[in-house]
Amino acid sequence: MSLSKEEINELVRLVSLTNDEEIDCERCLSLVAEFAERKLAGHSIPAELAAVAHHLSICAECSEEYALLLQMMNG
Amino acid sequence: MAHLDAGSLDRQTALADLRGTLLGGLRKALAHRTYGGDAFLEDVVQDALLRIMERLSQFQGRSRFTTWAMSISIRVAMSQLRRLHWKDVSLDEVTTARVSDKEASLDVQSEREAILAAMQEVIRTGLTEKQRLALLAELRGMPQDEIARHLGSNRNAIYKLTHDARKRLKQGLEALGFTGDDIGAAISG
Repeated sequence: MSLSKEEINELVRLVSLTNDEEIDCERCLSLVAEFAERKLAGHSIPAELAAVAHHLSICAECSEEYALLLQMMNG
Repeated sequence: MAHLDAGSLDRQTALADLRGTLLGGLRKALAHRTYGGDAFLEDVVQDALLRIMERLSQFQGRSRFTTWAMSISIRVAMSQLRRLHWKDVSLDEVTTARVSDKEASLDVQSEREAILAAMQEVIRTGLTEKQRLALLAELRGMPQDEIARHLGSNRNAIYKLTHDARKRLKQGLEALGFTGDDIGAAISG
């Protein structure tokens, strides 16, 4: 498997963020509405929602969907 | 939300209201993207409403109901858009695309380059073929839903597959003597 430098750099970033326990996309979807509301309101993020922030930093699709949710909420 | 219950007399009105909210919201959120216009949005909202009704009992009231419904409608919309965009692309095309020698060459002159070279080695020796395929396809931008479609799986299982791969890579690098700090420093290097 041959990787470009950009691909290796992204992989290093992902590996550096990797935790033993991570939530999956379905769990993220079930929590992201509360996470987004707290973010938009400037409220602190409780520990149980920290896993959402972490998942969004790893998962490109959930991150894209989260950005659209914020747009939709601001609309 | 109570009006959406099967027994509610106001169910049709509540559904129509929610449908209108989701249609308007998606139209704005997707304004800068290419999609199939209102016909596409109508289909998305119809699918989203079905999913929302299926999951109604899972809503715990920790956010506004509308926000929760929006998050589901976006998942449906983006899954369909990604599917349309990637429908003619095979996993093979993505994962066998060659990287030019210049791009691939790593000059082992620094700690950072040493980590990057070690990463290549752990990928080669520490991952299964399926993990390598999924990881590479993801790094090249193929959505997890699409990787799942090609591998006969689902998005959650692909996330678990690549999560396990990342854990193996991290453990492999640590076994070669690179600490978490070393890996973190490689990003900013």
